[in-house]
Amino acid sequence: MISGDGKATDAIAVRGLTKTFDEVQAVKGVDFEVAPGEVFGFLGPNGAGKTTTINMLCTLAKPTSGSATVAGHDVVKERDNVRRNIGLVFQDPTLDNYLTATQNLKLHAELYGVRSDLVKPRMDQVLHMVGLWDRRDTKTMTFSGGMRRRLEIARGLMHSPRVLFLDEPTIGLDPQTRRSIWTYIRQLKEQEEITIFMTTHYMDEAEWCDRIAIMDHGQIVALDRPETLKAEVGKDRVTIHTDDDDAAIASIEERFGIEARMAEGAVAFGVPAGEEFVPRLFAELDMPIRSVSVSRPTLDDVFMSYTGTTIRDAEDDHAKHRNRVMMQVMSGMRR
Amino acid sequence: MSTATRPTEPSVAPPAGGPIVRVTVPQRSLRSELRAIKVVWQRELIRFANNRLRIVTSLVQPLLFLFVLGSGLQRLASAGTHGVSLRTFLFPGILCISVMFIAMFQAASFVWDREFGFLREMMVAPVRRSSIVIGKCLGGATVASSQGVIVLALAGVVNVPYNPVLIVGVLALQLLLAFTITAFGVMIAVRIREMQSFMGVMQMIVTPLFFISGALFPPSGLPGWLTVLNRLDPMSYAVDPMRRLVFNHLDISPLARRALDPGITWWGWHVPAGVEVAVVAVLGLAMLGVAIWQFSTTE
Repeated sequence: MISGDGKATDAIAVRGLTKTFDEVQAVKGVDFEVAPGEVFGFLGPNGAGKTTTINMLCTLAKPTSGSATVAGHDVVKERDNVRRNIGLVFQDPTLDNYLTATQNLKLHAELYGVRSDLVKPRMDQVLHMVGLWDRRDTKTMTFSGGMRRRLEIARGLMHSPRVLFLDEPTIGLDPQTRRSIWTYIRQLKEQEEITIFMTTHYMDEAEWCDRIAIMDHGQIVALDRPETLKAEVGKDRVTIHTDDDDAAIASIEERFGIEARMAEGAVAFGVPAGEEFVPRLFAELDMPIRSVSVSRPTLDDVFMSYTGTTIRDAEDDHAKHRNRVMMQVMSGMRR
Repeated sequence: MSTATRPTEPSVAPPAGGPIVRVTVPQRSLRSELRAIKVVWQRELIRFANNRLRIVTSLVQPLLFLFVLGSGLQRLASAGTHGVSLRTFLFPGILCISVMFIAMFQAASFVWDREFGFLREMMVAPVRRSSIVIGKCLGGATVASSQGVIVLALAGVVNVPYNPVLIVGVLALQLLLAFTITAFGVMIAVRIREMQSFMGVMQMIVTPLFFISGALFPPSGLPGWLTVLNRLDPMSYAVDPMRRLVFNHLDISPLARRALDPGITWWGWHVPAGVEVAVVAVLGLAMLGVAIWQFSTTE
């Protein structure tokens, strides 16, 4: 069953999707397609509209305008058909911790109407896949954060979905666990015919994706393969620490005609050949430099070149904005 | 519903060995909805069976009423009970409260499920919202009445015979009452998202309903205001048939029967047990309907 407005070949197709909460426009018209079998990453700071977009694609929120098809089904008109074909791993845990791993998976299979004789073999398979076979009869309340997340991924796969949505699958996990989760996701892609749509705000993780869309303030500001995006930035990133950062920024601008910015407490700027530039920097900048580092472009730089800020600073801004709004609300209440 | 197994490439054999098990999710049907109801119901039972401490703690309250209140007030009440032990008189009421309060806690699990995120797992499944609510209510009713069975087992201690008709009847009434209270609780829980507010609201409503219902006193010869409240209290219509059922199997004088089990009257008309049961059932179904409607209209 393929609906009229979605291309049958796309796992996900989104047209002019918007979502407005009260007066705040959280998603301001996004367009993109995800091909079957792709690992597609949605990247952006907290509050950029990633989760709102994922919720609309998963039929948990109704779009204010625009349309989207997932696995060939319209997310508004064919809600059930979308739900039958997607697996979900939410940002917040949704396991029943009073049940064992097996009970959680069985419950899911029953809710999705998986044929009874296939429940056990499928369950064994997904448990092996995420390395929880040995713990299958343990209540999940004793699981670590990483184990729970793995079990949630296994549960999302129980009904062989065509599209798996992962909303910040590695948030709050230690680096080692994050890496292991990624190993499972890559392995999964090799084993199953599945499209993976995920959001993250870890830059290093986005590099695992086939394509990424960078989202900021409810809009997609860039969308391409990670290598392409990095190549577009083209420049190496030089970061220096000085005693007077403002003077350094002014001085770099004046001497080299390069616009430098403060990023995460240091002066940062991009130049085509970083290593060759450093000796000139030391020779010509008439102030002491305490440290210097040169790095090849990363997705962080991509994010910075499209949004003018690093992802971490963007989050701080969001947090500050939220605090400001809270303060206004609270002082309003006092008056 | 068909399965397609595909051969795996040799390099990526799954850890379990063998081909990938591919399952398909069928179109929504009555059968899949019934399966969903069943599994939501089952989950309540599994969780209850796992929680032995709660089974014990929730017995405390009914036992206090039955034995402490029943024994403590025996001497004061003996003038009016015509030789029947106060504990025997209280027994039908206790059979009701033992399920009432647990049913209320069962409904609270809806709020917990929301708080701990599990509700979302159920809400994104390709099943109707009504199946989730119905499963919850049936689960709550089953758990609460299974607790009622434990209290019913004490019948002998308070001189109530273990008669099969009596036992079946009590269980059926307990199930119905538990269902109605759970439906009421879920109806509230759909709207209230905080555990503390929910428990506050439930206690504010259920406790007066319990006291007014006549679980602890016969519903006749009351002051006018209390008579009005008693007749308005839906719980009265669960307590009264329960008492009638138990007293049908007691060997007591007609005078004691009239004094202790006067039955509920509407403007002098003695309301039959069938009507009383229907009142509770209709109310339960109506609240289930409201709960489903509200749950379906929330995003």
